Amino acid sequence: MSDRVDDHPGSGGPSSDHDLEAIRAARGVAGPVQRKGIGPVAWFDVRRRGAGHLAFSLNRITGLGLVFYLYLHLAVLSMLLGGASSWSSFLRVATLPAFLGLDVLLIFGLLVHGLNGLRVALVGSGYAPDRQKALYWSLMVFGGILLLGAAIHIVGSA
Amino acid sequence: MTVAETANAQDRNASEDDLAQRHLRVFRFKRGDDAARYDSFDVPAGEPETVLEALRWIQLHRDPSLALRHSCLHASCGTCGLRVNGRETLACVTRLDDLFGTITVEPLANLPVVNDLVVDMQPFVERFPSTHPIVRDSEFLPQANPPDGVDAYERFEDCIECGICLSACPVAATDDTYVGPAALAYAQRLLEEPRGVDREAILAWADGDNAAWRCHAAFECTEACPSNVRPAQRIMALRRELRAR
Repeated sequence: MSDRVDDHPGSGGPSSDHDLEAIRAARGVAGPVQRKGIGPVAWFDVRRRGAGHLAFSLNRITGLGLVFYLYLHLAVLSMLLGGASSWSSFLRVATLPAFLGLDVLLIFGLLVHGLNGLRVALVGSGYAPDRQKALYWSLMVFGGILLLGAAIHIVGSA
Repeated sequence: MTVAETANAQDRNASEDDLAQRHLRVFRFKRGDDAARYDSFDVPAGEPETVLEALRWIQLHRDPSLALRHSCLHASCGTCGLRVNGRETLACVTRLDDLFGTITVEPLANLPVVNDLVVDMQPFVERFPSTHPIVRDSEFLPQANPPDGVDAYERFEDCIECGICLSACPVAATDDTYVGPAALAYAQRLLEEPRGVDREAILAWADGDNAAWRCHAAFECTEACPSNVRPAQRIMALRRELRAR
């Protein structure tokens, strides 16, 4: 027995499933555009993607984080307007181990963003565009070493 | 129960030979539908060897209303570009044996869906520089005597205009005004071998707000390109040209 769909009951083809008038009315109207995520979520889906996409995603995340930090930094500095006592009370919080962890996170963001920016500048200038993956991972390893050194220094000075 | 579900249920009650099957989730959308959906199909393992063959098998045996595009069957025409398990690929050269578990098939991203797996390529073509369209005057040798009509046009070398690079690009995912990798690679190719085109006009076009400088060097276009055009490297070369202006 053939298993073509024509042999099965209820297989009336597309015209039985769709109102032809509705199809004619919709003709000329652009269909939906498929996205990999809702808005910027698409930037961060690195599944089955290459190192370049990972670099792109991390650059966006760290970029947003650094912008947030810039305003936070300005807000913290404005505490100086409140006098020595308010600044001293902030410093007591800022030297807590959990807060020092945020310093390490900040350095992570700076290194990832800065070193990937260096990669983009280099490949955009014609240096090793065919080796951009190796360049990225080399810079990330270098950044990891720097981050480790910075973390040891921060924790050691606490 | 849909046609596909009925057919699959009958298959499950069939012989034991049919137990060896591959499971496909296929994106469906018809003009007039309120929303897109995914239909599930089981295809016999080993019979269709590629994703395109599996989709053709579904058309033939399960649901003739499934719409897809294909032509050459050997990665030359770029017509069957779609996403398989989230990755852009040409269905005709994507082997089922290389995929594991349920296989999800979707149309290219960042282009409007016309019908199921078929996208509207018009927005893709419109991205190319209007002063130097994707087809241009040919330079066939006069003595070559090409067939009537053919000598009027010439296509951009290597690029098969499949749209895969635009689908893979994370910048294009959130910005429909970005001209995208294919158009920029084409512009760089024109500069590489100008054959009389206005270089300055091409550079001015590439220097626009939505052109070469919008690329963020994710290199996904190069990763996905089935024709080894290396669009990202060409965009970087274009930037070098722009800086040297």
